Amino acid sequence: MSEWTLFEVFIRSKHGLNHKHVGSVHAADAEMAIENARDLYTRRNEGVSIWVMPSALITATATDEKEPLFDPSEDKVYRHASFYELPDEVGHM
Amino acid sequence: MYAQQVETGTKTVKSLDEMGAEERAFQEKIDAEIKIEAKNWMPDNYRKTLIRQISQHAHSEIVGMLPEGNWVTRAPTLKRKLQLMAKIQDEAGHGLYLYSAMETLGADRDEEIEKLHSGRAKYSSIFNYPTLNWADMGAVGWLVDGAAIVNQVPLQRTSYGPYSRAMIRVCKEESFHQRQGYEILLHMMRHGNQAQKDMVQDAINRLWWPSLMMFGPSDADSPNSAQSMAWKIKRHTNDELRQRFIDQTIPQLELLGCTVPDPDLKWNEERGHYDFGEIQWEEFYEVLKGNGPCNRERLETRRNATQEGAWVRKAAVAHANKKQKQQAAA
Repeated sequence: MSEWTLFEVFIRSKHGLNHKHVGSVHAADAEMAIENARDLYTRRNEGVSIWVMPSALITATATDEKEPLFDPSEDKVYRHASFYELPDEVGHM
Repeated sequence: MYAQQVETGTKTVKSLDEMGAEERAFQEKIDAEIKIEAKNWMPDNYRKTLIRQISQHAHSEIVGMLPEGNWVTRAPTLKRKLQLMAKIQDEAGHGLYLYSAMETLGADRDEEIEKLHSGRAKYSSIFNYPTLNWADMGAVGWLVDGAAIVNQVPLQRTSYGPYSRAMIRVCKEESFHQRQGYEILLHMMRHGNQAQKDMVQDAINRLWWPSLMMFGPSDADSPNSAQSMAWKIKRHTNDELRQRFIDQTIPQLELLGCTVPDPDLKWNEERGHYDFGEIQWEEFYEVLKGNGPCNRERLETRRNATQEGAWVRKAAVAHANKKQKQQAAA
């Protein structure tokens, strides 16, 4: 078994963008996880901010839930702007 | 190739009709180039093959630091030393990206590293050769990283998502390695004295054949290739990649003004490829079995590093626990 905790790492690549998952690191605590993530994932200006969280704390959707969760949005075309046909006179809207 | 002879646990590749519903759906996704992700259903042997391949690949990156580490204190200038350290740090990074991808399959990093240390897991045969002179640092970067790139570029499209994403990151960083290696050799050939030029040729003479062996046994002796290719873990055969590497490397060799130790090497106009001599596969299998020039030394170095670093890891845990208690009390 691992001596250290597994942390997931999220990096904001530049100001104005979301933090994005990039991978994981092992560390004794969160502070060390940040340091390790900095060494591992930002050696070439890849980030301006780092989040870490213990992997075990993440709750994720299960594969077999994919259909009940995500299929309902597929048949709701009226949620998209392109569903509404307007006359050309309206111009750009 | 950084992963050689990865066992797939299957003798023959099943057709879609022979598969159960789950496996068939899985194979159809692969055939449609849809990436498999950690939580998706996958055949047990696919999971095990990936754990073997990714861990072997990761171990290669980690052990690959050792032949280069040998030259950090001996680099000829501060510039070369900084470059070498950056490259070695990248190798550690690549190993860790890969272990991270491997862990998504449910494997435990410490357990897999223990398999390396006890000799149950393999790493690339190439790192069992010594680095005897400074030109070896150039030749390793140019040939060994060059061969690794030829192998890794198609792995960016491998079927397992986390492995593919790790490879994309690795490939972005790897071209610096090859270019710095080639530049070392070019500099020695253009500005060096005769002894230094001889070093370059000597390094190429020793590392040429082992670099070609990195791609693994020829296709006829590669019983696991068919399954790995059906799963799209592997995208090209060993011989295809080896040929690609030779074809792109020889013009660079000529620009250096050097030769390779292969009297049979010549351009074949008809094939549009270089022909080359027979690889000494006995040597390859001996190195894989643990009998290469540096196998024992490499593993011993790894084991010592782990043992000697044990107190640091324990201290870090103790310190983290102490801080947590202090925070709880405050």
